[in-house]
Amino acid sequence: MSSILPQLLTGLATASSLFLISAGLTIIFGVSRIVNFSHGSLMMLGAYIGWSILTRLPREPEWFALGVLATALATAIIGVVLEMAVLRRVYRSPELFQLLATFGVVLIIQDVTLLLWGPTELPLPRPRWLRGFVEVAGSRFPLYDLVLIAIGPLVLGLLWLALNRTRWGTLVRAATLDREMVAALGVDQRRLFTSVFALGAGLAGLGGALSLPNASANLGIDLSVIADAFVVVVVGGLGSLPGAFLASVLIGVLQAFGIVLVPKITLVLVFLVMAVVLVFRPNGLLGRPQTEAREATVAAPVVRPAPPALRLLGAVTLALAVAAPFIVGGYYLTVLTDACVAILFATSLHFMMGPGGMASFGHAAWFGIGAYAAGLLLHWAGAPMPLGLLAAPVAAGLVSGLFGLFVVRLSGVYLAMLTLAFAQIAWAVSFQWVEVTGGDNGLLGVWPPDWARDPRLYYWMALALSVGVALLLRRALYAPYGYALRAARDSTPRARAIGLDVEGLRMVALVIAGAACGLGGAIFAYGKGGVFPTYISIPHSVEALLMVLLGGLQTVAGPIVGALVYTGLADILVRSTDLWRLVLGAVIVVLVVAFPEGIAGAVRRLWLRGREA
Amino acid sequence: MEVTRRLVLGASGALAMPGLLRAQGTAPIRIGEINSYTAQPAFTLPYRNAMQLAVEETNARGGVLGRALELITRDDAGRPQDAVRLAGELVNDLKVDVLAGAYLSNVGLALGEYATQNKRLYIAGEPLTDAMVWERGNRYTFRLRPSTYMQASILAEEASKLPAKRWVTVSPNYEFGQSAVKWFRQLLSARRPDVQFVGEQWPALGRVDAGATVQALEGMRPDGILNVLFGTDLTNFVRQGNTRGLFERRTVVSLLTGEPEYLDPLGDEAPEGWIVTGYPGEAIDTPAHKAFAGAYRAKFNAKPMCGSLVGYSLINSIAAGIAKAGSVEVEKMVEGFRGARFDTPAGSAEYRAIDQQGTLGVYVGKTALRGNAGVMTDWRYIDGKDLLPSDEVVRGLRPAGAN
Repeated sequence: MSSILPQLLTGLATASSLFLISAGLTIIFGVSRIVNFSHGSLMMLGAYIGWSILTRLPREPEWFALGVLATALATAIIGVVLEMAVLRRVYRSPELFQLLATFGVVLIIQDVTLLLWGPTELPLPRPRWLRGFVEVAGSRFPLYDLVLIAIGPLVLGLLWLALNRTRWGTLVRAATLDREMVAALGVDQRRLFTSVFALGAGLAGLGGALSLPNASANLGIDLSVIADAFVVVVVGGLGSLPGAFLASVLIGVLQAFGIVLVPKITLVLVFLVMAVVLVFRPNGLLGRPQTEAREATVAAPVVRPAPPALRLLGAVTLALAVAAPFIVGGYYLTVLTDACVAILFATSLHFMMGPGGMASFGHAAWFGIGAYAAGLLLHWAGAPMPLGLLAAPVAAGLVSGLFGLFVVRLSGVYLAMLTLAFAQIAWAVSFQWVEVTGGDNGLLGVWPPDWARDPRLYYWMALALSVGVALLLRRALYAPYGYALRAARDSTPRARAIGLDVEGLRMVALVIAGAACGLGGAIFAYGKGGVFPTYISIPHSVEALLMVLLGGLQTVAGPIVGALVYTGLADILVRSTDLWRLVLGAVIVVLVVAFPEGIAGAVRRLWLRGREA
Repeated sequence: MEVTRRLVLGASGALAMPGLLRAQGTAPIRIGEINSYTAQPAFTLPYRNAMQLAVEETNARGGVLGRALELITRDDAGRPQDAVRLAGELVNDLKVDVLAGAYLSNVGLALGEYATQNKRLYIAGEPLTDAMVWERGNRYTFRLRPSTYMQASILAEEASKLPAKRWVTVSPNYEFGQSAVKWFRQLLSARRPDVQFVGEQWPALGRVDAGATVQALEGMRPDGILNVLFGTDLTNFVRQGNTRGLFERRTVVSLLTGEPEYLDPLGDEAPEGWIVTGYPGEAIDTPAHKAFAGAYRAKFNAKPMCGSLVGYSLINSIAAGIAKAGSVEVEKMVEGFRGARFDTPAGSAEYRAIDQQGTLGVYVGKTALRGNAGVMTDWRYIDGKDLLPSDEVVRGLRPAGAN
């Protein structure tokens, strides 16, 4: 029992760290509606810059404080550069495009950090005062953790003052509530956004520097931090600072005691908390319902059937694809098979995201569930491939239906975040439940039967299935169901008013998307000979988003173009340079800035120019 | 769309041209190597350096079977599915003779699957999982490095000599951590029936909540601690443990902590007196190791890391296996690699015929501080063949079709 107090204090110290990394994210989101994937990368830069500064300073506490502040300032400047160079150019694009741009930045920063600081982790040597401790209930408690416990509320207080007692803060709060109104009143939005982004980046840098005494600067910070920060921000309520603080304390303390009581499932615990909170409070603990951004209420253009020229192009491409095994050799056939899977992956996401209006940050969950359904059936019941290919969409569809029961009321970023939480739970289960899933070693020996072993035959099968499903999805969009779904997306109240069952329509879209994606997962599993937790990882989910957004949301061909371009680009880059992340990230940023409506959208616009209007 | 696909194919075709134009006979023997160069650079970059060094040295000696060695490396980004795709490229497109590589266990297993499906020789350097050569072992897969079992068994032996009776374990919650703890418990309990395990901690890989974990372990009042954390988890754990006094008056045994990849980042906080497996680096003064370390330092101006030892030995083992087989025909190579002896900087080793596991050994010793850096002291090298279970046990673990 004596350990309760130290464990509680430890939880509070964790909470402070969590708050520092999530405060910046929530402020940036509140004002600019940007889900900033690169927030974790900014914190990583903060840790590295902090290391470079602090190792050059004297080791006394006052110099430490100065170095930490200098780091925050440096990261803030990087934030300003980032905002002016990239984000400012994409504010007018559809919401999720900014996310895509920030993910490009994540890739770039990963390689730049590796180039500048090298591959080994860099710990800050701790001077004596950072190693000090105090006796708490018979246990030693680190002095620095006490400092951290104090810093959290201190930062919260300072931010509160800045937001409530300055003119700048008033403008920020106004922009959080209704940014079009603020703009209409003559406030320079650009400066406001830049300053907010600088503040957020500075907070990330502060968090990075302050993490140094307990951890090290390393290349894994970015993705692990961003997952934590998302959870905190969503549980607290997007845009709400006190909410983020409350959520940090809740999660930090729960985790500290969870480690004692249920040491094996701490990872799942955090995401379960998030899921439970969102199911009961869809806007987070202290969040308020999102005011609809006004641009979003302008209905997306109606998707029309493709013009004859495009159909011809599609038919020619399909003919080429069917003939491909006679033209290209073994390796390119596997790349093409991967491309078929990517088409399923992207079109299924597009189905729920474009016409359905439900963005997902965790689409890889359905992919993985399909793959694991096929793999587990083979592993435990010896089921043959055709059964596996059938079971995969059924399993993924069922699970996504169940998932839909809880989330169908949500929309926008909250829904996307819940998909992320679900995907992380699925990932944790597959990664840690070694007895059933084989853990990270995966399920092996998932090969097609002899008759489908020939790569050409397997490719044709994958092609037939992916093109077939893509055509079915397209058919559904032009059926009355598809029109109803789009009506529900464009104006929920009006759709309800004419008697449409909005929740039902969305459920069906979720199930269809989940099932189609699950089929892709199973085809992929048999193609690679195994199922691994990496199928469900966050980067894989992001790949689906990249393909859809690269291709463009507003055309049916978009996700297909995106899937092909992304698969080809990634394959070429990975094989030609160690710096493929840098190049890929740069390409993504350039594409987002140059083609805000996606590749297919841009081609369509150029095509239509001079033909319509 | 059409243009895109053509572009993609055309561009990748152009990259692959050298493979198409290559002649047989006196052409170099190609080793296609796949590893997590971007996902795990701290380990894999020194490893790649040493491979290049070994290839140069082998070629300077006249190569193998009168042919030079050529090394082609690919980055799997830490994803087994990418590794399988790239294996296809290396085999079908670049016509490599031997596949090698992998750092992560799942990548190694996926490549092993690929090897057995396509009847290609695959030599794994780094992956630790026992499944590589036992439960999921197959005819075409060899593994160089001492496995999780071998590392855990030497630590269990050392731990059995200690007075500690109440043990706790802390381990990353995934296959590697789970099997290390399983073997350690089993082997230590067999030697010391009076030992009891009073608690365990399973932080998620790469995301340890170090303060709470240390506090929880402290609350169990153990005499001995088995640690399997490594990398950034280890750094965080050691810092919190030092401040909170977890390691004082306690015995700690720890997997891999003596490898410079993991020990160096601890700096002046490196714990003293932990019993660890690892790699003492330039402190090893055998002639073979001195020559290796000297050549490595001369070429890269850095000290060899554990990854360097593995990469260098990997190339040497491949050269020796091909020389013994006298051919690069796959089935002949499998027979040739079985029982092939090769020299490593650590000493002579072989690929066992019974399970195709390499007998590269383990350095075990104690950690200590020299100046501001952790080092291994009182270390000794234990040949890998002494760390493996009896042949009967191994036969029972390995599928019958694997031979």
